[in-house]
Amino acid sequence: MRSGLSLLAVALLALVSLGVGAIDLWPATLAEIWPVLRDSRLPRTCAALLTGASLAVAGQIMQQIARNRFVDPMTSGTGQGAALGILLAVLVMPAAPIGVQMGMASLTALAASLGFFALVRRVPPTQPLLIPLVGLIYGGVIWAGTTFVAYQTDLLQFVEIWMNGEFSGVMRGRYELLWLAGLAAALIYVVADQFSILGLGDAVSVNLGLNHRQIVLTGLVMISVVAGLTVVTVGLIPFVGLVVPNLVSQSTGDNMRRALPATALMGGALVLGADLLGRLVIHPFEIPAGTVIGIVGAGLFLWLLYGARGHAA
Amino acid sequence: MIRIDAVCHGIGGQPILRDVSLEIGKGGIVALVGPNGAGKSTLLSLIARLQPLQTGRITVDGHVIGQVRDDVLARTLAILPQHLDVASRLSVRDLVGFGRYPYHKGRPTPQDLVRVDAALAAFELDDLAARALDTLSGGQRQRAFVAMAYAQDTDYLLLDEPLNNLDIAASRGLMHRLRDLARQDGRTVVIVLHDINYAAAYADRIVALKSGRVVADGAPGAVVTDAFLRTVFDTDATVAHVQGRPMVCV
Amino acid sequence: MRLRLVGLSAVLGLCMLGYLVIGARGDWGFVLAFRGQKLLALLLVGVAIAWSTLIFQTLTGNRILTPAIMGFDALYMLGLGLLIWVLGVPAYLAIPPQVMMLGNVALLCLGALGLFGLVLRANGRDLMRLLLTGVVLSVLIRSLTGFLMRVIDPNEYAVLQGAAFARFSNVDPDLLTIAGGITAICGIAIWRMRHRLDVIGLGPDLALSLGEPGPRSRRAVLLLVSLLVAVSTALVGPVTFLGLLVTNLTYLLFPTHRHAVLLPATGLVAGIVLIGGQGLLEHVMGLTTPLSVVIEAVGGLSFLVLLLRMLR
Repeated sequence: MRSGLSLLAVALLALVSLGVGAIDLWPATLAEIWPVLRDSRLPRTCAALLTGASLAVAGQIMQQIARNRFVDPMTSGTGQGAALGILLAVLVMPAAPIGVQMGMASLTALAASLGFFALVRRVPPTQPLLIPLVGLIYGGVIWAGTTFVAYQTDLLQFVEIWMNGEFSGVMRGRYELLWLAGLAAALIYVVADQFSILGLGDAVSVNLGLNHRQIVLTGLVMISVVAGLTVVTVGLIPFVGLVVPNLVSQSTGDNMRRALPATALMGGALVLGADLLGRLVIHPFEIPAGTVIGIVGAGLFLWLLYGARGHAA
Repeated sequence: MIRIDAVCHGIGGQPILRDVSLEIGKGGIVALVGPNGAGKSTLLSLIARLQPLQTGRITVDGHVIGQVRDDVLARTLAILPQHLDVASRLSVRDLVGFGRYPYHKGRPTPQDLVRVDAALAAFELDDLAARALDTLSGGQRQRAFVAMAYAQDTDYLLLDEPLNNLDIAASRGLMHRLRDLARQDGRTVVIVLHDINYAAAYADRIVALKSGRVVADGAPGAVVTDAFLRTVFDTDATVAHVQGRPMVCV
Repeated sequence: MRLRLVGLSAVLGLCMLGYLVIGARGDWGFVLAFRGQKLLALLLVGVAIAWSTLIFQTLTGNRILTPAIMGFDALYMLGLGLLIWVLGVPAYLAIPPQVMMLGNVALLCLGALGLFGLVLRANGRDLMRLLLTGVVLSVLIRSLTGFLMRVIDPNEYAVLQGAAFARFSNVDPDLLTIAGGITAICGIAIWRMRHRLDVIGLGPDLALSLGEPGPRSRRAVLLLVSLLVAVSTALVGPVTFLGLLVTNLTYLLFPTHRHAVLLPATGLVAGIVLIGGQGLLEHVMGLTTPLSVVIEAVGGLSFLVLLLRMLR
């Protein structure tokens, strides 16, 4: 019932998204509007949905691994690591194809995630809110390092584009790698049960014979791939991976097999909705989806932190 | 005299204290006992104005809590809260020295230093005086905090489960010291205790709380009975009498 | 300790001298006046950031925090954004910088007090929650500022963007007097509080038990922090990790809890880091990267090292 409603909402949003843009589609024949749809509107809609879904799933997985409801790959170093990776790739091998650059971005994102977990492993369980705090500052440090390199090499403009997620540049032929991110998110569903168990803690995982190291690494690789691909294609979008899993957890619970599809759906809807809002508010100008999410997502997060305390904290 | 008058208190809509009225006269040890969540710590922190009073009225030696200046009250009443995390790297002597702060406000007189030395001696902390707090064991740290409250030199001393980290020797040592304070110096010690046996052995008066209400009040010999354990703690442990004092057989 | 303070003063003196003369060519009168002004600004900013961070850390009982993490500087940017929104860009650019700064400082204090007052009342003891709230609020406020700017006039986004990067090298001289005045007043207030700060550092319960009223001292400290952060942000823009770097260097050099020692010491360390660092970057290495970016990187790294040590 609930998932039926969400599907309907996403479909509606997608429909509106296809209709909104600088060029008026009404009235016109399908033959006339098809090029616009094919080259701009459809890619943009797909990109927003894919980004939202994969980021939300990545957040869910990261929260299971960290066993902390307040972490999010995009705010705790993974996203910033990806940005650093692309920057290095652009510097070291400017001629390399985009696939190689993305690979580089994913690798540095993975390194950054591993670093984050090495850091927070020492945080005592009595201080659950210290973990997201460390993540935010850790992300800030990587960001400062990236800025430094960018400043020295006159690439600051690029970095600012990566750091602020928006979809106005999405066109046919320039977003297709996002399908890979979507695929990575879908693949994680295969091992959903392992992540449910992981969330129950070390003792339970060991007791049930889970290969802890392997499953954590799988999760981190998936998160890093998603981070690398989304940052390169549309830029960094915060809070999606943080807020959506929390909302889903409150309604659906923490069984990953049930939660992950709902998370993907809601994440897609959130990002697409934010992009749509950004396109409509000061039409024909645009507000980046990342900015809209910054407001909506932070508001939701604060609500989770205070309003829905019983569940979240 | 501590006078508690019709105090009610709730946290997040959940009632913690329901219409508590109590008088605690000068001198002696009063033990607050009761099951977990009975409201003992809340009552203590309300007396010590660590939490704002919601309804009712509390006075300490005529000072109305909520109206009296904080530094005046700090010379009348000292509290040792249950959870103590001091972030800065203090030496034991520095910590105990802060007990004199309500009097000298940062400019210690020679007299204050004498008091600090006396407090260190009273709690056998001379050897540890130069050590940093974070190098001490839980029990040693606990003793340092009690010594600080002692140095505050107040007529009323409130302690929230001070025996938590202590072994039997340290526990008895602390309780002896408190009894001396109460008997010889005429100070009033209000102490939250979990172990009924310590309460029965050292307190002059036991006040039992359950679900935010005072359910028993009196001398240990009169209060601690089989029926008391059953109604207050919902346990069927029995009470024996050893050397004329009630003792719970666990 | 006294010896170390004297030593630090000497190092700071050397840094100042070096900053004034190294690589200077041409008309000495001009160079000295020009660099002297910048030197003064750096000193002011250093003291403002160092002291605000120090007393903030005392208040929160946590040595890995800075007011910048709590989003104070983001609030400042929102203030600017609101001003542009209400007045429009031409009128905004026409306001004398002194008036703007005073207005913004007032706004910031009100905002900070209201915001954190609310949070403190709701959740007086839960510091981690308060901090996380601050961090998230700063993201919220930053996004809101960006949103506001684009709604007003997408083309004028750059006006505010220009103010967002800390720039130690070109400080507005018109602001120096006001900034100096505010810093001096706050400095005196903090110095007079030094013994009370020692007690506040023991945590809210013990401080109250010793007669330091919790909410009132907290408000006083937060007000001072807001003022100092406003001053430094108005002068050079937001810097997140400088305060952290400076206070923790100080704790390393001066293992004491006494603010009578810590206050002068952090001020000196901040001066050395800022003036020495800026001198190195500007006159010796000739780098184009703003000092703030370097401080962010170094300060952030030292934060992580600290955290690891703290948790060991």
